[in-house]
Amino acid sequence: MRFSVYRYDPDKDSKPYMKDYEVALEPSDRMLLDALVRIKALDDSLSLRRSCREGVCGSDAMNINGRNGLACITRLADLKEPVELRPLPGLPVIRDLVVDMSQFFKQYHSIKPYLQNTAPAPEKERLQSPAEREELDGLYECILCACCSTSCPSFWWNPDKFVGPAGLLAAYRFIADTRDQATSERLDDLEDPYRLFRCHSIMNCVDVCPKGLNPTRAIGRIKELMVKRMV
Amino acid sequence: MSLPVRKFDAVVVGAGGAGLRAALQLSEAGLKTAVLSKVFPTRSHTVAAQGGIGASLGNMGEDSWLWHMYDTIKGSDYLGDQDAIEFMCRMAPQAVYELEHFGMPFDRNDDGSVYQRPFGGHSQNFGERPVQRSCCAADRTGHAMLHTLYQRNVRANTLFFVEWMALDLIRDASGQVLGVTAMEMETGEVWIFHARATLFATGGAGRIYAASTNAFINTGDGLGMAARAGIPLEDMEFWQFHPTGVAGAGVLITEGVRGEGGYLLNKNGERFMERYAPTMKDLASRDVVSRAMATEIKEGRGAGKEADHILLKLDHLGAEVIEKRLPGIREIARKFANVDPVKDPIPVVPTCHYQMGGIPTNYHGEVVVPRGGEHAAVVPGFYAAGECGCASVHGANRLGTNSLTDLLVFGRASGESVIRYLRENPGHKDLPGDAADLSRARLARLDGQAGGESVHEVGAEMRRTMQAHCGVFRFPDMLAEGVRRMQQVAARAARTGIADKSRTFNTARIEALELDNLVEVAMATMVSADARHESRGAHDRSDCPKRDDVNWLKHSLWYKDGSRLAYKPVNLTPLTAQTFEPKVRAY
Repeated sequence: MRFSVYRYDPDKDSKPYMKDYEVALEPSDRMLLDALVRIKALDDSLSLRRSCREGVCGSDAMNINGRNGLACITRLADLKEPVELRPLPGLPVIRDLVVDMSQFFKQYHSIKPYLQNTAPAPEKERLQSPAEREELDGLYECILCACCSTSCPSFWWNPDKFVGPAGLLAAYRFIADTRDQATSERLDDLEDPYRLFRCHSIMNCVDVCPKGLNPTRAIGRIKELMVKRMV
Repeated sequence: MSLPVRKFDAVVVGAGGAGLRAALQLSEAGLKTAVLSKVFPTRSHTVAAQGGIGASLGNMGEDSWLWHMYDTIKGSDYLGDQDAIEFMCRMAPQAVYELEHFGMPFDRNDDGSVYQRPFGGHSQNFGERPVQRSCCAADRTGHAMLHTLYQRNVRANTLFFVEWMALDLIRDASGQVLGVTAMEMETGEVWIFHARATLFATGGAGRIYAASTNAFINTGDGLGMAARAGIPLEDMEFWQFHPTGVAGAGVLITEGVRGEGGYLLNKNGERFMERYAPTMKDLASRDVVSRAMATEIKEGRGAGKEADHILLKLDHLGAEVIEKRLPGIREIARKFANVDPVKDPIPVVPTCHYQMGGIPTNYHGEVVVPRGGEHAAVVPGFYAAGECGCASVHGANRLGTNSLTDLLVFGRASGESVIRYLRENPGHKDLPGDAADLSRARLARLDGQAGGESVHEVGAEMRRTMQAHCGVFRFPDMLAEGVRRMQQVAARAARTGIADKSRTFNTARIEALELDNLVEVAMATMVSADARHESRGAHDRSDCPKRDDVNWLKHSLWYKDGSRLAYKPVNLTPLTAQTFEPKVRAY
């Protein structure tokens, strides 16, 4: 199978280039990551992140034939050749398929992604009904792979000011949690022309999310809450 | 050339469940703590845990920590230390409540309490009937737990060194541990982290096997570092083969599937576990279920064209239960097995999953080694928790859900021990002059190696050797041959070469350094297994099919130096409960 892979090592390359590989695959090679492991056995200088190889750790996000996805759960059989592999768009490249995710995590951290509740904790668990808990479904499953934020034109333009779909999904995860008491502060923090309102519902995030989550819907809910508290 | 030195009160290596739980304790105590991780914390392998956290909350029916303790000891095939097991089972409910207060999105019952599901080997009233003890968030418990712990550390302003790989442990002539050397992956720079206390939470090494549920990063780095620094590794012959890895792919299918009512079938459609474990059936201990499956396959009753796997049936649970309780499994089965479990069974095989052994510790998370006449003398300044440590709560076989319980309870306990130790031992002891020599020599060798062995090929040979010679069923001649082959693998691993010499994010270098650690673990495993002449828990030998409590009710300790073995007794004295005397183990 044929691949064309973005290569750049600042130690020796003056500029990035695309390198072609042709690898013989075994029948057991199902996913793109299997092929990348074979390529790395032939050429150990190809750098990429990978870990769980089952789509839960979020390490191996990359741009695959023009679309962001996780290499470990992208089927080889579904890919057009030569498979073009590039680093996630919009973030500085450290080397090859490895990008600097500092900006992405900075935005995630900016929404205070932790439960806020100042009441003394009970002796046992805080109670939450199954219906209240269900509100968190589709929110807590995010794996922070950055496929969504790096496919979002608003994030490309303002990565320092716009929280981006992953961070906003996390913000709503806490707003929606009946155990969190900081909804009002969270809304205050997001009521800003950039932090939340740079989202123009382009929905690239929904399109690429490898976990099938819907950040646009979560962003819509946050906007609704803002309107609601104004009236 | 001297390396940059950074001083901390404590350094935690690894940011999975145990590392994050320990780090939280240290950060909240206001200690200057560095947490090193090869990957961004939420990429740690705890993220892949599915089924739940074992704790006797009793939300679904009567339960007690004493029953949990009995089940864990029986599950361990009586090799577990009963003081550590009592400690874990007593602390478990508190650990779960605390995690809930941190924001963990547990599934709920109608009364608002945490939902608990049945799991293998967990019972009511000392083995009478299955109990619902596993606290879960659908089948994504590890993911939810790891993110919750990371989030809580963000709140506590924990200082993370992300994508830093620890290389070697620093000990002085007295044996005291003074920190680690570590490499920043982005720049290739190496620093000395000079710490008053060093806590390893580096996880397991399941990548020594060819078929493994483990992530690529599970390369036993903490065990390799400890072994090179003269610390023995305990009970390394005991590896858990999880009954349900997706055939061919290795990806885990949680035991929670069987907890929710799924069961295993052979090619005749027979629910064969009824023959092997009449009471607990498909919810017997993992070693028991994996051996039953391997026996069915060996005797020609495997399913599929090659008769090489077993079928996990769950369609009778209905689409609604599967979507609500096991959504991740459905996703995995569709992607990796091309089946939709709402309609068809999932093809599964026993797959290497968990390392019961590790760096020897007591139940405070302090690393302990034989010294003088003492079996368990504390190594000053050194702590281990989670899969890399061996307290030993899992003994010869771990019960499902007890790994997450272990991370929470011993992550916290080891953090508390570090806080106590730092209070009593102020000030940094001087670094020895040779603090970074070993790491520098390893890196220089790798950079200068001409015509070296391929890291990929040596690694593949190690994984094949472990798989063929030290699997679910073990044979004396295969083990002896396995030791010889591992010696060859180790000799080759000492001469690995890499083509990539770049300083920037050089993953070829990282993989070569990881292989050094894997080889230590694989060697410890093979040598310890070859020497243990009995069958206990996950260690099953054809020539000694029975457990032998007269000669082998003891822990193995493997030393890298001369690949030699020593032994220490099992602690059969709990903290407050009565001893559970070893007896015949039936499910």
